[in-house]
Amino acid sequence: MELLVASAIGILTAGGIYLTLRLRTFPVILGISLLTYAVNVFLFASGRLTIGAAPVLTDGIERYSDPLPQALVLTAIVISFGMTAVVVMIALGSYLGSDDDHVDDPASEDVK
Amino acid sequence: MTHWLVMPVILPAILAPFIVLAARYHIGIQRTFSLAGVLAMIGIAAGLAWTASDGTIMLYQLGDWAAPFGIVLVGDKLSTLMVLLTAVLALFVLLYAIGSGWDDRGRHFHALFQFQLMGIMGAFLTGDLFNLFVFFEVLLIASYGLMIHAGGNARLRAGVQYVLFNLLGSTLFLFALGAVYAETGTLNMADVAQRLALVDPDETVGIRLAAVLLLLVFAIKAAVVPLHFWLPSSYAEAPAPVAALFAIMTKVGAYAIIRVYTMIFHPDLDVTAGLQTAWLLPAALLSLAIGMAGILAAKHLDRLVAFAVIGSMGMVMVAISLFTETSIAAALYYIVHSTLAAAALFLIVDLVRTGRANLDLTAQPIIPGAALTSALFMVAAIAMAGLPPLSGFVGKLLILSAAFPTPHAVWVWAVVLISSLIAVVGFSRAGSVLFWKAKSIPPAEQATEVAQGPTALSFCAVGGLLFLLAAHTVFAGPATTYMASISQQLFNPEPYISTVLDTPGKLSTPTEGH
Repeated sequence: MELLVASAIGILTAGGIYLTLRLRTFPVILGISLLTYAVNVFLFASGRLTIGAAPVLTDGIERYSDPLPQALVLTAIVISFGMTAVVVMIALGSYLGSDDDHVDDPASEDVK
Repeated sequence: MTHWLVMPVILPAILAPFIVLAARYHIGIQRTFSLAGVLAMIGIAAGLAWTASDGTIMLYQLGDWAAPFGIVLVGDKLSTLMVLLTAVLALFVLLYAIGSGWDDRGRHFHALFQFQLMGIMGAFLTGDLFNLFVFFEVLLIASYGLMIHAGGNARLRAGVQYVLFNLLGSTLFLFALGAVYAETGTLNMADVAQRLALVDPDETVGIRLAAVLLLLVFAIKAAVVPLHFWLPSSYAEAPAPVAALFAIMTKVGAYAIIRVYTMIFHPDLDVTAGLQTAWLLPAALLSLAIGMAGILAAKHLDRLVAFAVIGSMGMVMVAISLFTETSIAAALYYIVHSTLAAAALFLIVDLVRTGRANLDLTAQPIIPGAALTSALFMVAAIAMAGLPPLSGFVGKLLILSAAFPTPHAVWVWAVVLISSLIAVVGFSRAGSVLFWKAKSIPPAEQATEVAQGPTALSFCAVGGLLFLLAAHTVFAGPATTYMASISQQLFNPEPYISTVLDTPGKLSTPTEGH
């Protein structure tokens, strides 16, 4: 299971970084989404991986999984969702306004 | 337990929705409430700083839950100083925004401004790494709104860059937090600091990785070269009062580095030894050099000031990365100076913009109010370049003398002195092109209507910032003494740790019958 989770995080991160380096808004936003998925799984795994262990304190249960990373992941998911929505809106506005979806500065601006 | 410590976070959090809900169509009411809120904030911040000045460490446990499981806010000398600095800066920025009418060029300026303050204050006060992340996000999401305030294609485009870069930074921050949590099982700063002593010396890979990741994240916030790419475009395109307020945001990164790397990964820790001087110092020297060279290379005034910010952050980071008590004290003195100077410069850029077609560094007809604007520009440029008599010079002297006993003195002295010379040349070139050569250009014929000069309130706001700079110079003696005492408190974190961890709360005192 460790191998599967670790390679999933690795592949997601690699794909995310590749897409982020494309420097056009749509691939970059997709890449950042992949990166946030990777980081969510990573945060989840930081409390050690267990199967069938309850995160809530209940009488009569011996094995517990760490509840804190789950709280962290929940916060991180909410924040990254909001942020992605914001960046989609701003990127749309920028694209519709200037008819150009490059993320980097236009070359002409510093040359003139 | 007093509730004053949580007020810098609560006050803007209540005020901002109130402004949106009750006063969204009345700019006058918005201005009144926003100003009243900032004035009250200055009062609260001054009170907190006064309480902390005798070495008291204030602790606020949210919901009365004890650390490390509950969330805590901690007010020591450093965090209360930064809160006070933010509140004072916010007042002048707000005055300028009102005086120049910037707050009326888009919607919800005042509400976003208050949310931004909430995030900054929270980041300074929190005692927990995950809440540092959350407050970073609060200040960032407000800054996204402020950054594209008043719209326009160039601004939206710069906004996309800014948001994307910060999203990547946030993702990296979460990776760092995951690594810290996996290694220590806690994210409360005081608790992490304590548990690091228990880490097995043979298995330090994870914690070293976490330390480097955290440093990277804070270096992004502080715009340390080579992680500074987000800064020039976004600061140049942002509305002037917003850019001036952003002057404190790079300092949030510097604050986080000081806090985390004096308390958690302190310089004597074997696990992360060499991280500061081997990696941070060269990066800081590089950003100082590139920032100051950028002042000379810039073709637009707004870019010039943005590079000046990178350079001054480089100066701060040089002092921080030496990590001695004197160098941190020097860094704190310079942080106050560079925040005020950078904010003043951004506002002056806007004063220059009124009455000019663009901000190219070319000779153009005289702008309205040129005499006063050029005088303000000269004072601010002297401060930023670090010439006598203003506080930039004092700060630079402090940094140079703090570097003298260290083995890196040659590098620090060489880069600081040469880059200052370049900055002086760059600023004087910009000033002479903007203001002196303007006299030789005849005013445009077709300009029948006289351009409106900046209002008196705008000049007052800039003048107020410069007055604070002068005061920072005149009272350099008491100021450096206080900075030294802050630094001393930082390098003896035991009272901080014991205050956070040993104060009882709900969890640590279970009542009978539960």
